Amino acid sequence: MGLSKSSIGLGALDEGRVLHKKREGDIVAALAGNPNVGKSTVFNQMTGLRQHTGNWAGKTVANAQGYASYEGQGYVLVDIPGCYSLDAHSAEEGVARDFICSGEYDVAVVVCDALCLERNMGLVLQILQKTEKVVVCVNLMDEAEKKQICIDLKKLEERLGVPVVGTAARDGTGLEELYLAMKERAKAGEGAWHGCVGCGYRSDAAADAQRGADKCICKYGCRHGGEWTAEEICRGIVEYKDKEYAAADRRKDKFFTGKITGIPVMVLLLFFIFWLTIVGANYPSELLHDFFLSLEDKLIYGLSRLGMPVWIREMLVYGMFRVVAWVVSVMLPPMAIFFPLFTVLEDSGYLPRVAFNLDKCFKKCRACGKQALTMAMGFGCNAAGVVGCRIIDSPRERLIAIITNSFVPCNGRFPTLIAVITMFFAGMGAGASLGAALLLTGVILLGIGLTFFASWFLSATFLKGVPSSFALEMPPYRRPQIGKVVIRSVFDRTMFVLGRALLSAAPAGILLWVLANFEIEGMTMLSRLAGFLDRPARLMGMDGVILLAFILGLPANEIVVPIMLMAYLAEGSLVEVSDLHALKQLLVNQGWTWATAVSVMLFTLVHWPCATTCLTIRKETGSMKWTVISFLVPCVSGCLLCMLFHGLVSLVIKL
Amino acid sequence: MAEKRKNNVGLNTLKPGEKGRIAGMALGKGIGEKLQDMGFLQGSLVECAYRSPFGDPTAYFVKGVLIAIRSEEAGNIYIEKEAGTEMGQWA
Repeated sequence: MGLSKSSIGLGALDEGRVLHKKREGDIVAALAGNPNVGKSTVFNQMTGLRQHTGNWAGKTVANAQGYASYEGQGYVLVDIPGCYSLDAHSAEEGVARDFICSGEYDVAVVVCDALCLERNMGLVLQILQKTEKVVVCVNLMDEAEKKQICIDLKKLEERLGVPVVGTAARDGTGLEELYLAMKERAKAGEGAWHGCVGCGYRSDAAADAQRGADKCICKYGCRHGGEWTAEEICRGIVEYKDKEYAAADRRKDKFFTGKITGIPVMVLLLFFIFWLTIVGANYPSELLHDFFLSLEDKLIYGLSRLGMPVWIREMLVYGMFRVVAWVVSVMLPPMAIFFPLFTVLEDSGYLPRVAFNLDKCFKKCRACGKQALTMAMGFGCNAAGVVGCRIIDSPRERLIAIITNSFVPCNGRFPTLIAVITMFFAGMGAGASLGAALLLTGVILLGIGLTFFASWFLSATFLKGVPSSFALEMPPYRRPQIGKVVIRSVFDRTMFVLGRALLSAAPAGILLWVLANFEIEGMTMLSRLAGFLDRPARLMGMDGVILLAFILGLPANEIVVPIMLMAYLAEGSLVEVSDLHALKQLLVNQGWTWATAVSVMLFTLVHWPCATTCLTIRKETGSMKWTVISFLVPCVSGCLLCMLFHGLVSLVIKL
Repeated sequence: MAEKRKNNVGLNTLKPGEKGRIAGMALGKGIGEKLQDMGFLQGSLVECAYRSPFGDPTAYFVKGVLIAIRSEEAGNIYIEKEAGTEMGQWA
């Protein structure tokens, strides 16, 4: 669920290819390594940036860049996606390989996971064949210590012939040594390598000829001719003192992926998260709303003191300010609660288990289980989910995942669903929030069901093919750093999403005010537009205003409900909306029934991807055709779904 | 890519808790290389950890990491079952 200016939208991809040095002497360092060894954590600790991290393989799919300085030396750090080897199998691994092979850095820091050093060594050896400007950083030393895994770093350094530094990046241990080692290595440059020449890490034809074909001159007594394998390098270096070190994870996995418990636990977790979000958002939402409402009159007064004409005053306050206030009070609280909750889940290492649990279903639809991961990212933001689809190896399955990503509601659509459910279905009283959470879970499960159906449909039509393979690493469970998660989510993701919403809410508010207040031939433009859209909207069980709101909400889904309310208010039925109850009254006065509410929820769940997502899809697929299909698939499904529902309801009512 | 030999069985025949040593694999270039990069190398000790709720994929413990693969791939990785009834740590 990575979300930031660099992970969605157009600035998203591969910004690491253009290096930004601040001074001439800055050292450019590439952070390479297997997936999920903590490259981004090392990066964040060093640069002070907040590149998104998560406990699963494939979290980082694009290069990111940051600047750090230590003891007067500047470092440009490039965080590259994880890869298992330099033979790229998927798009994100391609990004990694290209950068490693480009040689556009002074030193490559190969980050390794202390828990499975031998597996990581394969990539270290491959990179050593490409360049000798390498520092090996054995990360997660703290976790290894806890699991009683001992690693002889000194010996490893001797065998590899490049600096080896042990770190625990989460708390910053060992980073000073890492800085120094990077500096030393980078300044030494090529040729100064004191490593094992005989092992073939460096192919230097002249030196080979000089020393004769069959003598290894290395002092570490390696086998001549061939290269050391990862196993040989690690022999005698890693010692597992506790053979049962994975026992705790084993118990958790029995529960989270068990035959009987696996699926119910997953649904319950989802339900619990929704419930917390709904309960938690209720009160701050009201508080914010009252606060903004009280500001309105003061603003009008203030602006009139400034001598602004009435129409500008009203446009700014009743147009722009009101929509913005709605976005903040209705949308912000659920987002601010949902994001951290989900991030905790992500940090714990649970998400790959979801992919593991659901893979068989995806396989039946001839798609890839990793789609569950991109779907989960979609809960945060569909654009981020689309970028995340890079972790899927097969191009066909990746396209399916991209096209179907918007079937899970993103954070901008959650609050809409919550608001509608709370108003029309949950009722009041103690059980209300439970009922609301239950309904929301149902809606989400419907979205997931539609994802399966659409994937199956695409596999049978536009994207014919057989399921390819699935290979996913399941990381050890980790205790999420809750404090950090909360701060990061609120100040980084939530504020970012909110900023984007406000950016589109302000002009939308003005536009709406203009539409509602200027008339053509005795009718406001708003009623004209809404009237024009009314017929198709009625077919789907909604009305013209609702459809108009969805269309105007294209830049950001967060503004759909505010626009809808503004449009209704502009038609003059109610001036002041004090709480959700009054809001419901407003909607009912406009002819809303429970069936309208269901249609709106269905359409919120499935319509078109927002503008940012569309642009991201265009960029990720590189094809206009697939972008259009990605737009049309949810759009047509949503219309059909609503029409089907409306038709059924009409039929039942007639009977 | 080793041929399937007499004593070798597919990795998918391992039950949770059982172990085997990889003798070879008959997989396409892409996924075969990827699995090798992930630790499924000839001679590696593999332990079947557990299956997904729907019976497939299965998680295997290899080189200190848990890796989930589908039965199709597992069936094309040949192993020699480790002798003895000693159960692994994921049993």
